[in-house]
Amino acid sequence: MPTVSMTVNGKQVSGEVEARTLLAQFIRENLELTGTHIGCDTSQCGACVVHVNGSSVKSCTMLAVEADGADVTTIEGLAMDGDTLHPMQEAFRDNHGLQCGFCTPGMVMSAIDLVDRNPNPTDSEIRDWLEGNICRCTGYHNIVKSIAAGAAAMRGQKAAAE
Amino acid sequence: MSATGIGASVKRKEDFRFLTGRGNYTDDINQPGQTYAYILRSSHAHAKIKKIDTADAKSAPGVLAIFTGEDMQVGSLPCGWAVNNKDGSPMNEPPHPPLAQGKVRYVGDQIAVVIAETYAQAKDAAERIVLDLEELPAVTTVDAAIAPGAPLVHDDLAPGNMCYDWEIGDEAETDAAFKGAAHVVSIDVTNNRLVPNAMEPRAAIGDYNKGTGEYTLYTTSQNPHVIRLLMGAFVLQLPEHKLRVVAPDVGGGFGSKIYHYAEEAIVTWASEKVRRPIKWTAERSESFVSDAHGRDHVTHADLALDASGKFLGLKVYTKANLGAYLSTFSTCVPTYLYATLLAGVYTTPKVYANVKSIFTNTVPVDAYRGAGRPEATYLLERLVSKAARELGMDQVEIRRKNFIPADAFPYQTPVALQYDSGDYEATLKKAMELADWNGFAARKAEAAGRGKLRGIGISTYLEACGIAPSAVVGSLGARAGLFESANVRVHPTGSVSIYTGSHSHGQGHETTFAQLVSETLGIPIENVNIDHGDTNRIAFGMGTYGSRSLAVGGEAIMKALGKVVDKASKIAAHLMEASAEDVEFKDGKFTVAGTDKEVDFGTVALTAYVPHNYPHETLEPGLEENAFYDPMNFTYPGGCHICEVEIDPDTGVTKVVNMTAVDDVGRVINPMIVEGQIHGGLAQGIGQALLENCEYDENGQLLSGSFMDYCMPRADNFPGFQATTESTLCAHNSLGVKGCGEVGAIGSPPAVINAVLDALADKGVTDISMPATSHKVWQAIQNAQMPAAAE
Amino acid sequence: MYDFSFQSPASAADAASALGAAEDGKILAGGQTLLPTMKQRLAMPSDLISLKGCRDLVGISSDGSTLTIGAMTTHGAVAASTEVAKAIPALSALAGGIGDPQVRNRGTLGGSLANNDPAADYPAAVLGLGATVVTTKREIAADDYFQGMFETALDDDEIITAVRFPIPQAAGYAKFDNPASRYALVGVFVAKTAAGPRVAVTGAGQGGVFRASDIEGQIASGQEPNSASIDEGELNGDIHASPAYRKHLIGVMAKRALASAG
Repeated sequence: MPTVSMTVNGKQVSGEVEARTLLAQFIRENLELTGTHIGCDTSQCGACVVHVNGSSVKSCTMLAVEADGADVTTIEGLAMDGDTLHPMQEAFRDNHGLQCGFCTPGMVMSAIDLVDRNPNPTDSEIRDWLEGNICRCTGYHNIVKSIAAGAAAMRGQKAAAE
Repeated sequence: MSATGIGASVKRKEDFRFLTGRGNYTDDINQPGQTYAYILRSSHAHAKIKKIDTADAKSAPGVLAIFTGEDMQVGSLPCGWAVNNKDGSPMNEPPHPPLAQGKVRYVGDQIAVVIAETYAQAKDAAERIVLDLEELPAVTTVDAAIAPGAPLVHDDLAPGNMCYDWEIGDEAETDAAFKGAAHVVSIDVTNNRLVPNAMEPRAAIGDYNKGTGEYTLYTTSQNPHVIRLLMGAFVLQLPEHKLRVVAPDVGGGFGSKIYHYAEEAIVTWASEKVRRPIKWTAERSESFVSDAHGRDHVTHADLALDASGKFLGLKVYTKANLGAYLSTFSTCVPTYLYATLLAGVYTTPKVYANVKSIFTNTVPVDAYRGAGRPEATYLLERLVSKAARELGMDQVEIRRKNFIPADAFPYQTPVALQYDSGDYEATLKKAMELADWNGFAARKAEAAGRGKLRGIGISTYLEACGIAPSAVVGSLGARAGLFESANVRVHPTGSVSIYTGSHSHGQGHETTFAQLVSETLGIPIENVNIDHGDTNRIAFGMGTYGSRSLAVGGEAIMKALGKVVDKASKIAAHLMEASAEDVEFKDGKFTVAGTDKEVDFGTVALTAYVPHNYPHETLEPGLEENAFYDPMNFTYPGGCHICEVEIDPDTGVTKVVNMTAVDDVGRVINPMIVEGQIHGGLAQGIGQALLENCEYDENGQLLSGSFMDYCMPRADNFPGFQATTESTLCAHNSLGVKGCGEVGAIGSPPAVINAVLDALADKGVTDISMPATSHKVWQAIQNAQMPAAAE
Repeated sequence: MYDFSFQSPASAADAASALGAAEDGKILAGGQTLLPTMKQRLAMPSDLISLKGCRDLVGISSDGSTLTIGAMTTHGAVAASTEVAKAIPALSALAGGIGDPQVRNRGTLGGSLANNDPAADYPAAVLGLGATVVTTKREIAADDYFQGMFETALDDDEIITAVRFPIPQAAGYAKFDNPASRYALVGVFVAKTAAGPRVAVTGAGQGGVFRASDIEGQIASGQEPNSASIDEGELNGDIHASPAYRKHLIGVMAKRALASAG
């Protein structure tokens, strides 16, 4: 069986996997990071979105062996120092951007990638960007609001750091 | 109003774990020694099982066991509601085995379970099971199923594929009302079949404990106690004290996770056979053929009106598709949750409905967000709008003319229900203001300048939820009570644990219920924990569906809190050397009227557990109370939804440009959460109206079997919503609460379709079916412009 | 998904030899179509040969008359490239509309073309622009490359290394999404080239992407494009759109593509 090594949430990890093991399975089963969810089998719902080398990808549509040597961030990697939420996580809480919570990790990871590329997205740009993230609970209204607020908070954080 | 009490938009307590990936959903749970199940499902809609050869598959790597229906001889998955035929005879109720016996009846029906060390091994091995099936002709639509000579899904157990032929209302009196009518307006509508698609696929882990003989089932359920009862008593014959059902964090339900499913029984039963825990998790394409679907009605209705547009009578004939087997609550959805709503918000004096529920070779159909009420609302609000157009009346005026007035409550309808409160004029007025109804003509003209067809549609609706009085539903055939239980445990230091039978899978109970406690006991919300979802921790529960959590579960908590306050007041009286009648409790403090004596809730709690100075002769130590609450009536939310669309006539694409909802949900505990619930309902309602459709071919193959073909609404399908509340209080519960979980999905579909038809009216289009896809809209325009071609 | 043996060669040439040597090998580019297909067990390659290590296959360059894009360049990279935006803005827009952001971060030009999904976007651009598909063996003109639904001119051991797009005078792409999958229900690419207009249609044809020569003629003669002469019998029909609706949409999308070409 192939061996894979990668950095996940800043930690070096490795494991033996079948070649067919998906990155999502490796994260959930081998690493026991169950915040990354699997909501479909056709690469559409986005519950499994993680960052690989800084870009959001669907971890259910990437082989673990393809992530060999990569730097992976999952939802668990955002609020590393215990209880301090990432501004995007905080924005989702403040704006009731989640209900059942199942799509939420993917939504948050996707939203951060958007803001990394487009620090001040319009509502319409946010809605377009979310094409690959399906939520059945919220009607997206508060997710859009959350991401706009999260983007503002991330801009603020960046400005403060500069 | 306190910052964390009733009426405050408290941020949700549950969000931290969900936002940090620390939720605990069923598939996140792993037990030591866990094995994996793969369910081999039928790829035929209807076939006789001649032989299942598992010998080769059993020798595949990692396989521990394979079971078929022959091996698993257990009870039938039960139906929870008996509906009688018109003539009083009982419905046809064919058995529903967890693993198929003799025949498979839909694509997805369970044939065998393979248990292996890994899921991949189980799935690999399943391909080596050799099936000898004799294909039979299939029926997928209600009309095909009741045609003479149609293939029979259950052979002689359901002649004519009929489950029941049921009626409500007085047919003769309704006919008489039609005799004097100046106008009769008729409509034929189809309520499209939907796939619920909660984002978390269903999963189950069965775990038999060899030492104690106890079974534990972890499952994605909205009501773990109901599963324990149904699976224990009816399917596997396991007593409650040997069976624990845990529904941990659940990723959305929308009705689809109410029912007791075959996979739950299979993994529980098989875990005893293989003596190891067994996990099953659905793949999404499997969810499409194994989660109960929703809706699927075909209806003809006639509305009689007098010359002024006043409704005189309504006759409704509905055929409901139940799928291949009776899912847990399937039978009550097209009857007691549908036809009883046909008076709507109107004073229609005579209503008659006949409902035929029919078996087909499709996935079982059951309640999906709204369950029966969206079907009733869609029919009624389409019909009322059609009547307005045919009579040349204004859409709003025809509704106003027929509204049950605000001073007419309690109001007895001709179809069994007695509404307790409402003010339909108030929600209408507010919605029209918010939607700028009067400014529509200008917006339409502006859109026309851009080549777009703009339309506006309205729906004034009502629903019955907060289900329900046990005695009433029992008299109507329910085989369960519909109360709720609560336990309030005050800890020695004054923090509080609530154990509720309501289950939260997105609704935010951990926050809303905690607000009730914070308000009632005057303690910080951080000091309250809401526990749910485990039959070992929670005394009993009927679970979450029918927008009942607050109106029933919340009331049970209030009742238990009341008992806590009573007992605490007595302890406080003792401490303050006063009479209990003189003790007042407010903002967490007990005081004695006319004195400066005061003792806080925490001191009383501590005293209850360290009872040194305590009225032992009259009170037991401790501070913990139980309550069961069984409501007096349903609750009746209602309101007004207004939708505005723009249609691109070149492509037929319909864009919702404005969606306004003003709902009367009773008292609002947490406005943020209530609005969120309404948003979600609106998205599902608009989804039904414009995007979603579950489609079978004539052979029973599911054509919309994945997100590639079933159109799940996405963010870019919607505008921002204008959703708010305008409430009257429920008259029969202490909080005055009604329910908000389903209103969005109930009121919106007809508003959307009425808007589409309004936009297309100038093109000569008078009818369109849901979902009004771009293809259908384009086709409707073509047909209207070429009448000959439409024939 | 069935198991397979995984290889990750460092160059396209090595990948091609591995592909030739494998019993039933498949190239893994971005995997955004192949992996879902394998998850459904509709493909069962013995070997997956990943191109992720082939850095020679990634990159975008332009010499003023030709835009060359490496086969392993992701849709996201194409959409974000200023080089592409300058040379063929319609191609940027097309790439930016494929799938969703996460699919665009993995999916590649070469993967899309090798798969030749009848509802994919890139085939419309490659055919519409008259691009050249460069492989480990040869160069294939777009007009020869697409051979029907999921069929291409590629040999079993041949790998796309790059695509050379001649820079047109103007070009536009208009896509009508399948409401569920968001693939193209109908996509029309219009290019104005020195040799005259080229129009390619994806999503609609039973045989995959095709050139609409009548529409090319209409544009050449300054008429408004229409789809009247398209044979409905050659178009797809499914639960989302009948052949007649697709035919109608070809006309509408052609107009819109032309308008966006300017």
